[in-house]
Amino acid sequence: MAEGVKPRVKVPKTASAGEAVTIKTLISHQMESGQRKDGDGNVIPRSIINRFVVDFNGQNVIDVTLEPAISTNPYFEFEAIVPESGEFTFTWYDDDGSVYEDKQTVDVS
Amino acid sequence: MAALPVPALASVEDAIAAFTGGAETGSGGITLSTPEIAENGNTVPVEVSAPGAVSIMLLAAGNPNPDVGTFNFGPLAASQKASTRIRLAGTQDVIAIAKMADGTFMRASNEVKVTIGGCGG
Repeated sequence: MAEGVKPRVKVPKTASAGEAVTIKTLISHQMESGQRKDGDGNVIPRSIINRFVVDFNGQNVIDVTLEPAISTNPYFEFEAIVPESGEFTFTWYDDDGSVYEDKQTVDVS
Repeated sequence: MAALPVPALASVEDAIAAFTGGAETGSGGITLSTPEIAENGNTVPVEVSAPGAVSIMLLAAGNPNPDVGTFNFGPLAASQKASTRIRLAGTQDVIAIAKMADGTFMRASNEVKVTIGGCGG
C-alpha cells in the first residue's frame, strides 16, 4: 500500500546538558483519508500513519495519535530536552502494520 | 473505520466529551495558532501550545470526521507545544482541547477560512 515512505528528521548534532532542542520531522506518506473516490466512484480505502512516537534513551518525548485529517507527508515540530548524550528514536506506525523508524544521536559536550 | 457523514456538531461534542470525560472546559493557558485564511485546505499549518498540559487534542469541527489528532507529551518534552499540518474540508473552526496536569481542561478555537477544500470528493 504505502510506497516510497521516507522519514526525514532534523535534530541538532550537539547540545548542552538539559538544553531544549527543536526537532522537525517529515515522513513522505500518502495519508489516504478514506474520503476520496477514484474515477469509478469507488471510495479509496483509508491508509494512513496512525501513530508517531519519539523517545530519547528510552524516555518518551511525544506520542501523537494521527487521524485522516493530518495532511499528506505528516510534518511535526516540537521541543525536547536533552539531559545527556544519547539517541532519539522516531517511530511511525502505519495502518497496514508497517513500522518506520529513524534514529539520531546527539552529543552533549 | 469508514468515516460516515454524520452531523458534524454532535460528533464534535461527542469527541470532546470522550476526551474530557464530560468535564467542563475552561479558557486561557492554551494558544492555538492558525492562519486566518488558508488558500489550500490540503495542508493548513497549525501550532498549539499549552504550558503544563499532559495532552492536547485537535479537532476540525467542519470536517466529515472532526478528529485531527492528539499530542501526548512525555517527561522529555521541553515544552507542551507542537506544530503540524492538517486538512480542512472548508471554512470552519479548529478546536484545541488541552488536558492539564491537574486534570482540568482548557479549550481554544479559531476560525480558518478555506479557499479550496482538502478532503477530495
